[in-house]
Amino acid sequence: MIKRAKTQFLDGLLSGLPIGLGYFPVSFTFGIMAVEGGLSPLLSILMSFTNLTSAGQFAGTKLIFSVSSLLTIAFATIVINLRYMLMSVSLSQKLATNVGFFKRLVFGFGITDEVFAIAVVRKEPLTFKFMLGIMTLPIIGWTLGTAAGAYLSDLLPESLQAAMGIALYAMFIAIIIPPAKREKPLLAAILISIGLSCVLNFVPVFEFISPSIKPLICAILAALIMAIVHPKERQEP
Amino acid sequence: MTTQYILSAIAVMAILTYVIRVLPLTIFRRKIKSKFLNSFLYYIPYTVLAALTFPAIFESTGNALISMLATAVALILAYFDLGLVIVAIGAIIAAFLLGIVL
Repeated sequence: MIKRAKTQFLDGLLSGLPIGLGYFPVSFTFGIMAVEGGLSPLLSILMSFTNLTSAGQFAGTKLIFSVSSLLTIAFATIVINLRYMLMSVSLSQKLATNVGFFKRLVFGFGITDEVFAIAVVRKEPLTFKFMLGIMTLPIIGWTLGTAAGAYLSDLLPESLQAAMGIALYAMFIAIIIPPAKREKPLLAAILISIGLSCVLNFVPVFEFISPSIKPLICAILAALIMAIVHPKERQEP
Repeated sequence: MTTQYILSAIAVMAILTYVIRVLPLTIFRRKIKSKFLNSFLYYIPYTVLAALTFPAIFESTGNALISMLATAVALILAYFDLGLVIVAIGAIIAAFLLGIVL
């Protein structure tokens, strides 16, 4: 049975709390980076509030600094964020039957790597209220963190700012390691992807491939290999 | 870098990111039957994050040795299921302290 609407929203809020907190240092780093590159604090905050994406924003903002064409920025955005499309497909398979078109338009905005990682392993069907709940605190954390980084960066010593560069990747590690520990095929997929990524980045022959596309090539290849070698049984983990 | 240019860029990024997220939710209204496609979709988010992280993480703090050691800290914390917050902040603290020591 699906629980009542209020419990669903609360459930979502609680699930989103660690995500919102975890976003803070990452978006703080983004705020620092954006302001140092010449974006105004307000524009940096607007970017975070409207984009709600880590890797895409970091890449896009660097392209803005070099005054790249909007076409280039659009292309990079699509390639880097294409993974959301795959996550959305995956989540669409888990939605409760009464989540209609308009509701999908609303909660779709809040699908991030971390929201996906938690929603996809939920034992019951995903309701609209749960999805609204889980996206609320991440949106607040991501936006507030950017504001804090944009306005307070001068107060932080440079050594701490450098150290914060690792936050984004540490967060990714926190997402992929726990399920990989339980599911050996997932671990294999991750290791293949990392192996390919190291090859593409360190072997000079592959220098012609744009750095923003490399991760996507590796990810698609690794997932294809594992889908062939070790197809998943019907039930989600 | 005019304000108008930045605003346009932000709009382009925001709209595309939103469309990417919402399209599959509004188009794929039926369950996917293909076992192969389901498997691919199961693996892809993790392989994307893995490839985004490695080897980029080793350059994330501006010092390869510090980054590697802090990565090890993040991996250990994540292995013990300590969650997003502890892993992210633990890695930052590790990198910061290593920066002082090394």
